[in-house]
Amino acid sequence: MSEFFAMNGYGFYVWSAYGVVALALLVELYTLRSRRRAVLEEARLEQPDTPALPGAAE
Amino acid sequence: MASPWFRYSSPATFYPLAGKMISWFSGAAAVLAVAGLAIGLVVAPTDAQQGDSYRIIFIHVPAAWMSMFLYVVMAGWSAAALGFNTRLSAMMAQAIAPTGAIMTFIALWTGAFWGRPTWGTYWAWDARMTSELILLFLYLGIIALRNAIDDPRRADRACAVLALTGVVNIPIIYFSVHWWNTLHQGSSVSLTRAPAMAAIMLSGMLIMAFAAWFYSIAVTLARVRTIIVERERGAAWVATLREVRNA
Repeated sequence: MSEFFAMNGYGFYVWSAYGVVALALLVELYTLRSRRRAVLEEARLEQPDTPALPGAAE
Repeated sequence: MASPWFRYSSPATFYPLAGKMISWFSGAAAVLAVAGLAIGLVVAPTDAQQGDSYRIIFIHVPAAWMSMFLYVVMAGWSAAALGFNTRLSAMMAQAIAPTGAIMTFIALWTGAFWGRPTWGTYWAWDARMTSELILLFLYLGIIALRNAIDDPRRADRACAVLALTGVVNIPIIYFSVHWWNTLHQGSSVSLTRAPAMAAIMLSGMLIMAFAAWFYSIAVTLARVRTIIVERERGAAWVATLREVRNA
């Protein structure tokens, strides 16, 4: 297993590349989710007369 | 406008369709990414010349392809937005830009960490790398331009003009390794000749390319849905959405 992570001496380069890619995609997905929640909340506040559906709170 | 193609050009009809497509594309992206990573990191043998540093190819090349491809698609939607004055086209262009910027960043970053062990440097101002960096600035410039203009319809037009102007950079990136003497190598895969890499390596790279493709589609659709709700929030159909009523 440690042999796998060592990548025959290239571990630093390989995992710096793969790690930052994973981080970048996670940041994109997290940002997208928080943006969606904020936008949905904003849209609901524009319709103050519409009651929430019963028993379907998120 | 009775054609079925135009039926989904309205945000109200496209919104639920995009919602259904997201789960399909994200599922396909996840399966392909697992298969591609297994081939790229485990199954494919160590390269005779580059050792294991070459394994960066499995993310570098797909991200670099996507960075250029997404720009062309974004420019296509921008042209449609300008030509037909359709809101959804402009929203699609708006939704693609952040993912395009991230793919460009990934291509540059992974390239740096591949360049260091193979060429001895993280960065060089050669034509391929410089034009790819300009691509990142184009994406960021388009995002910044939109944020700087309050009226969304004016922002649509300004961003579309900037996106279309920047298209000239795409052939420069693509052909830079032929036109100039670059540190960056020429293409390993082309449509006109046999690929200069082993079949298992090529298959891993192509699977990762499809994973990147499906990921980008899924994320773009998710983002365009958010943009639709944001920009159409005054419309009656948005008020009836379950996710809005329960937000």
